[in-house]
Amino acid sequence: MKTFKLGGVHPPENKLSQNAAIKVLPVPETVTIPISQHLGVPAKPVVAKGDKVKAGQLIAKGEAFISANVHSSVSGTVQKIDEVTETSGYRKKAIIIKVEGDEWEEGIDLSTDLIKSITLSPQEIVNRVNEKGIVGMGGATFPSHVKLMVPQGKKAEFLIINGVECEPYLTSDHRLMLEKTEEMLVGIQIQMKALGVDKAIIGIENNKPDAIEHVGEFLSDYPGITVEPLKVKYPQGGEKQLIKALLNREVPSGKLPIEVGCVVHNVGTSLAVYEAVQKNKPLLERVVTVTGLNVKEPSNFMVRIGTPVANLIEAAGGLPENTGKIVNGGPMMGKALNDINAPVTKGTSGILLFPEKEAHRRPVHNCIRCGRCANICPMGLEPYLLAVLAANKKFEDCEYEKIMDCIECGSCLYICPSGRPLLDQIRIGKNETGKLIRARHK
Amino acid sequence: MNLLTVSGSPHVYTEESVSKIMYGVVLSLIPAALVSFYFFGLAAILVTLTAVVSCMFFEFIIQKYLIKGPITIFDGSAIITGVLLAFIVPASLPLWMVVIGSLVSIGMAKMTFGGLGKNIFNPALVGRVFLMISFPVEMNMYPKPTAFSTQLTDIVTGPTPLAVMKEGVAQGEKVSDIIPEIPEYVNLLMGNMGGSVGEISAIAILLGGIYMLIKKYITWEIPTAYLGSVFVLAGALWLIDPEYYVDPLFHMVTGGLMLGAIYMATDMVTSPMSRWGMIVYGIGCGFLTLVIRIFGAYPEGVAFAILIMNAFVPLINRGFKPKRFGEEVKNG
Amino acid sequence: MNEITLISVISLGSLGTIAAIILYMVAQKFKVIEDPRIDIVADKLPGANCGGCGYAGCRALAEEIVRKESLDGMKCPPGGNEVISDIAAVLGLEAKEEDPTIAVLRCSGSRENAPPKVKYEGDITCAFSHSLFAGEGGCPNGCLGYGDCVVSCDFDAMYMEEETGLPIIKDNCVSCGACVKACPRNIVEIRKRGKKDRRIFVSCINIEKGGVARKNCKVACIGCGKCVKECKFDAIIFENNLAYIDFNKCTLCRKCPPVCPTGAIHELNFPPRKPRPETRTEPAEA
Repeated sequence: MKTFKLGGVHPPENKLSQNAAIKVLPVPETVTIPISQHLGVPAKPVVAKGDKVKAGQLIAKGEAFISANVHSSVSGTVQKIDEVTETSGYRKKAIIIKVEGDEWEEGIDLSTDLIKSITLSPQEIVNRVNEKGIVGMGGATFPSHVKLMVPQGKKAEFLIINGVECEPYLTSDHRLMLEKTEEMLVGIQIQMKALGVDKAIIGIENNKPDAIEHVGEFLSDYPGITVEPLKVKYPQGGEKQLIKALLNREVPSGKLPIEVGCVVHNVGTSLAVYEAVQKNKPLLERVVTVTGLNVKEPSNFMVRIGTPVANLIEAAGGLPENTGKIVNGGPMMGKALNDINAPVTKGTSGILLFPEKEAHRRPVHNCIRCGRCANICPMGLEPYLLAVLAANKKFEDCEYEKIMDCIECGSCLYICPSGRPLLDQIRIGKNETGKLIRARHK
Repeated sequence: MNLLTVSGSPHVYTEESVSKIMYGVVLSLIPAALVSFYFFGLAAILVTLTAVVSCMFFEFIIQKYLIKGPITIFDGSAIITGVLLAFIVPASLPLWMVVIGSLVSIGMAKMTFGGLGKNIFNPALVGRVFLMISFPVEMNMYPKPTAFSTQLTDIVTGPTPLAVMKEGVAQGEKVSDIIPEIPEYVNLLMGNMGGSVGEISAIAILLGGIYMLIKKYITWEIPTAYLGSVFVLAGALWLIDPEYYVDPLFHMVTGGLMLGAIYMATDMVTSPMSRWGMIVYGIGCGFLTLVIRIFGAYPEGVAFAILIMNAFVPLINRGFKPKRFGEEVKNG
Repeated sequence: MNEITLISVISLGSLGTIAAIILYMVAQKFKVIEDPRIDIVADKLPGANCGGCGYAGCRALAEEIVRKESLDGMKCPPGGNEVISDIAAVLGLEAKEEDPTIAVLRCSGSRENAPPKVKYEGDITCAFSHSLFAGEGGCPNGCLGYGDCVVSCDFDAMYMEEETGLPIIKDNCVSCGACVKACPRNIVEIRKRGKKDRRIFVSCINIEKGGVARKNCKVACIGCGKCVKECKFDAIIFENNLAYIDFNKCTLCRKCPPVCPTGAIHELNFPPRKPRPETRTEPAEA
């Protein structure tokens, strides 16, 4: 079975919610829709306080190249446009909408019929994806239309679809592959057309045999698409690792996947692309896994963007009493929540509730130089060294040791027997080294 | 309600911890310990206990009264140092010397540098070398193995097979004439020979090594490179003149080579990090061991070889980086 | 025996001579002609190499002074005016008196005033926790309390107060500015030391709206603007819901601290207030 070669870890999988079918969560009373849910320039609000909006209506426009439109996920009145506490505790601008009924913008096809024929031209597809505010649904939230445009002088050979879901606990992509299989496959075809490639590979880790089998059954109708089972290993969902695992091609340091003729998209993104192109529906809802060892009913929800996290937890059986940490995203790369009322955004793939016992970092000891971090680093870096260099502010040395190649997968902090905050220090190092490099180019 | 915790990702952590690793290593030393208790009896048990207790005691004293920091004597590292120190001294060594060795190991080689993880040289080896230089007579009297001995004084001592060989060759005897003077290879493999407490049985040490490999406390690179380079170099010399240089198998099973290659050279703190660094380090250890054994003044060279290579570790770490992802691209 | 002595004397002697000649030649070839005044100036400087002057170290400053032959814009925070005028006397230059300065912490979000809402774990540095979240107290501008500034201080002029979780700046601060650079939130500011060490400043840099700021921290500047009205010298600048006292204009009249409803304006080293204007001693509750 294929996998990537260098490094990698295997944390306990804990896929508690893998058999829970996707449930549609009721629309909340108010939604808070941040104007910056993607990488890049924040979108600019185009509605004002008191405006009536319908579900699917554009409420903030992404004006720069790397930016994304934001649409209302509900119908109702704009209550205010204000700064709200975001997951990190910092305050970011958001549009707060009071829900009234569930009225949809005209032209959006809400039926569940599968539309297979792709009528739009590649350029139209890219425009539609841009217009509907599609971003990478795996967590990095990079605007998708940028990825669907092949830069001049480069040629895409493969479209790689990330169905790996290598993060423990999360099952949203898994459920999506089982329940929205054909929609996803049509979405993949649309992306293939936009990119002008005739080969697409869906990489799925073999801890999801049902998904591999289920997707495989439909493949005869979709020429060019293949499914590749992969050995379970974290971080296989990182695009560089996924390309290495599937095609044995290595993306050069500091370059993008297109350098080796690949474009990587998530299965969730494929579904969103399908809905945008075939159904004219903007990205206004997504599948979110709510799980945790003490959660009563680990579930997968179809959630409108902007719903408070508290609503999701309530729907999954309420907040367990001894919850010590709430994480937005997967356990390896997710962010700890400061505030339970923070909204679900386009990049929220899961809400994890950790019991108090498991919420804490381990006690920190001296580095015993066991070299495990260097052994498991999927980028072949030396985390122990980078952490020390960063802590001592030797950022030139950090650059020499390729700190900018770090993908922040968290494997080093996971594996460290001394419980050292390796990734924390490396992140500072990356930040400061990045500043240093940018200052040099000016 | 207690406050929610906020920390950077990741939010799950391995079950492994420093003390778990340390106690795992102690566990893997049990077969070797049993063999030595069998052959050297009560004396070996006493030396081992003394070393462990005094290592922990000195660590406690230093941490409490000199550093005034947290006390970590139960993280297992002092225990390992103690066991390993006991394993590389003769069972007949007076206990007060064992205590001095422990003080040097913990005080000089470990705590002076800042405690666990910061030492440059393997503490147990520093202790042994200190004893070897300070008390050459006692350190070169090795008890003859007798099953279940409870004798503590007037133990019959004799030289190790390596010393017999070195002495003989130095006096111009032929290797084939010396071989009958030393035990057979099967005995050497099982540990039925004169030597330090824990280094005698190659089989028992290999067993512990396999356990550590499975548990990933060590990696294959250093032992393989170390033992392999000794074997190849000794083999080459043996092919040149089998009457002057003894065969490589003899080198493998005698002295502290097995213990050194599996437990001492692989010490996490004092060995290189990257794969190629480890291999270079292992080969360096093997080369130096053989040079000292054949051309040096001492019959055994493992301790010095590893300590010398320890000094090179920072340099090796600088020179041999792991293979970076996307550094040299061979796509196809 | 004699022969051996002779040979060794001759051989070692000639070896020494040759080495001496080589050394002399190398020294001549690579001789650096340096202005001797640099050494003199460098001797006058404190030698702390703190970088407070903006140069890499004391010697770098000395070189710069001698090269430019002027003291314009040159300052030595640890040495103060004394050192500068000393140097001026040696070089025969004009020295400008500068007011002595000191670092000031513009946050009072102690554990009591801004109680922790979450618990932080991980790398105990302000730099990382700043990039991760708003801080335990919830204020996105407030002091995180992990002491990056204390670590950066070379003069032992700062320490962390256990109780409040805030750093304390001692009077021996030389205002080298290391802590200003170390703080990821720009909380530390270099201000005029003031006469008899008396200073008045707004101990808050939160730019959120009053209600929001107040929710996280009892002593935040809520942007009410009362102090601006009270000030007769235009010394208080008000923008982004935040008052800032310009230390060049402030006359230390002590009118503004009593009017602040949250007590965000601090006055240091003043004698205790006389209970004369009775209405003003008790700050009005907002």
